[in-house]
Amino acid sequence: MLKRIAGIFSGVLVSTLLFVSTAGAYELVMPSMDYRTGPYAPNGIPFANGYHDYLVMLNERDGGINGVKINLVPCETAYNTKQGVECYEKVKGEGDGALIIQPLSTGITYQLIPKAPVDEIPVHSMGYGRTSAANGKVFKWIFNFPATYWDQAAVALKYIGDREGGLDKLNGKKIALVYHNSAYGKEPIRTLEAGAEKFGYEFMQLPVDHPGQEQKSTWLQIRREKPDWVLMWGWGVMNQVAIKEAASIRYPMDHFMGVWWSGSENDVLPAGEDADGYLSGAFHAPGDDFPAHDDIKKYVYDAGKTAPGAERERIGEVLYNRGLIAAVYASEAIRNAMDIHGTKEVNGAMVRDGLEAMDLTEARLTELGLPGFTIPVKVTCANHAGPRKVAIQQWDAKAKEWNFVSDFYDTMHDIVDPLIEEDSAGFAEENGITPRDC
Amino acid sequence: MFYREAGQFKDSYESDQAIFPVAQDRWFVFGVVIAAFALVPFFIGDYWTNAVLLPLLAYSLAALGLNILTGYCGQVSLGTGGFLAVGAYTTFKLVTAFPELNFILVVLFSGATTAAVGVVFGLPSLRIKGFYLAVATLAAQFFLVWMFNKVEWFFNYSPTGQITMPPVELFGVLITGPRAPSAAKYLFCLGVVAVAAYAAKNIVRSRIGRAWMAIRDMDIAAELIGIRPLMTKLSAFAVSSFYIGMAGSLYFGVWLGSAEPIEAFGIEQSFLVLFMIIVGGLGSILGSFLGAAFMVLLPIVLKNFMVDGLSMAVVTAKHVEIMSLGMLIVFFLIVEPHGLARLWQIAKEKLRLWPFPH
Repeated sequence: MLKRIAGIFSGVLVSTLLFVSTAGAYELVMPSMDYRTGPYAPNGIPFANGYHDYLVMLNERDGGINGVKINLVPCETAYNTKQGVECYEKVKGEGDGALIIQPLSTGITYQLIPKAPVDEIPVHSMGYGRTSAANGKVFKWIFNFPATYWDQAAVALKYIGDREGGLDKLNGKKIALVYHNSAYGKEPIRTLEAGAEKFGYEFMQLPVDHPGQEQKSTWLQIRREKPDWVLMWGWGVMNQVAIKEAASIRYPMDHFMGVWWSGSENDVLPAGEDADGYLSGAFHAPGDDFPAHDDIKKYVYDAGKTAPGAERERIGEVLYNRGLIAAVYASEAIRNAMDIHGTKEVNGAMVRDGLEAMDLTEARLTELGLPGFTIPVKVTCANHAGPRKVAIQQWDAKAKEWNFVSDFYDTMHDIVDPLIEEDSAGFAEENGITPRDC
Repeated sequence: MFYREAGQFKDSYESDQAIFPVAQDRWFVFGVVIAAFALVPFFIGDYWTNAVLLPLLAYSLAALGLNILTGYCGQVSLGTGGFLAVGAYTTFKLVTAFPELNFILVVLFSGATTAAVGVVFGLPSLRIKGFYLAVATLAAQFFLVWMFNKVEWFFNYSPTGQITMPPVELFGVLITGPRAPSAAKYLFCLGVVAVAAYAAKNIVRSRIGRAWMAIRDMDIAAELIGIRPLMTKLSAFAVSSFYIGMAGSLYFGVWLGSAEPIEAFGIEQSFLVLFMIIVGGLGSILGSFLGAAFMVLLPIVLKNFMVDGLSMAVVTAKHVEIMSLGMLIVFFLIVEPHGLARLWQIAKEKLRLWPFPH
């Protein structure tokens, strides 16, 4: 028996050692931090597929970026910080070195914020992670365009103000926040507290613990307290459960609004017709009627180069498109880096420059086959959060589709900007960073 | 043939009471320790340190702590995650309040705070036993994590409730944060774990360790021969929590660098460490290390083997990894219910007779 066990172990070890990958021609190493397992998989899968499909489409259609092949390196994090760290350490040295990391987890982003300047790999936490990373003077290596959680909270207030007939009508109203009890879910609290002070609404905090399957008491409390509006910062299974619970206490869906991570098909479909009218933030369009989607169907799905388990019908879901736009930003950053540095063999530091030079105009989006897909993004040295504009979308349960019900709102600079300044200054002081001049 | 005691005579009490009475054992362990200190640091990069060795050392220390309580003193605890959190938050508060404090003192102080908390939550063990005690310690787990999530003073009023470790130097070398050299982090953790393991091995052979085992084996009989259950059980809680607190300090301070309470110190951690000592061997110092290695290394080895070796899709590999880890745990427990440490002991017995088993 012992011999057999020893045999199995040594076999595994030896074969692990034998298969050390060999270096070949230069490739653009783009890690993809997936989560296709665990309680967050319903949301992780469409995002990972969108990211995968767009980059594979670039490889198949254009031979990569400016003719340099992309090496997409997936790694499963299960939305778990420790596995995320293991993944990061593994992918960062892959090939000629990872060029850009998109952790798709606020917890993992917090882990990587101090590592990024040391390893010289930029982190793009697209609409998640640490909000004050918007201050590029302090966070040289971290980007969070096109908007931050604090912007989303401010825009939610603006939208509520519009519906109620003016921001002054918020006075005396009751706004509840149902949030994932983690760094991610706690992000908007400070903004909403500042808003409560300014506009005079009553602010209720209702934390939901990981993974978010148990929310009966939360919604009982909502039924008792009857807040006028409920905001939600949820992710994974938590979203579906919350929407179902809201439906079961007959909370009016058009007064229930999620962050952009709580507004995809997976979140509303389980509640069926009851989810009709549910609102969420968004910074890009839903749907698959863009030329880029046609190219993906042709070069990826018809050619059978899909990610394992990817389904054609799910192209164009909200989170699929979110993965796609993440891939667009990453590939455009690499393209910028090649232009700026005049080389095709870029490294992490060059891609950082490319991210900082990001100027994705409507004309460029049209060239990419995504006309009107999202708002133009311009990143500068001081502003790593870009436009910071958010729109609100609403779920139509009969047609089973999301529709925009507002234009893109600008954030409330008077509330959010001082908070960003304060938090980033605190980070700079704790870590001995001298803010850059720009 | 290579492993036998024949001819090794003990001519003093010291040699009779040595930790490793058999010379081969002694040399083997010395060899491993010397290699770990003197050779390994030259060969490790970021991946080996941050993904393999630091978690291994931190969890080994936690498993060692829980093994003292559960394996040696027979008190089941599900509060490990909460006690890790006490260690971690003490470290965080100390290094942010007194940045110039020597980090070794910080680790020891984190252990001491956790020991105090452990004693408080150990009080119910005087009245309740077995499964009921497990439930009582579960209260510690939930209460502590809730408290660290709720009371803002513990996380210095940060907007997200996340605690982040500032860079700390020891004797002029950085040992925490991403700029710290891999070898420095590793050697620091290894040093703490080595000293702690040596101390634990001696504690469990001493009067107090024998008292723990007497309580574990039959508490009424132990009481009748003059062992005081109050002191014995509480000392087990104190020493165990001290170890887990130090582990929490390394876990957060040196390895993770930033943490949020629910994920980093949740109930999953309590179960994980409990599984480590069950798989490794209850009541065995070596078992704590083997169990930690099993639970930390095996998923990584399996994953790298399937993804890099067999070129499996990442998600398939993950599913296979979850399944095979479960099956391997069941397999090892069926083959040897007393854990990996017992397997090692059996292997030594066989080696002693080899090549003439009859």
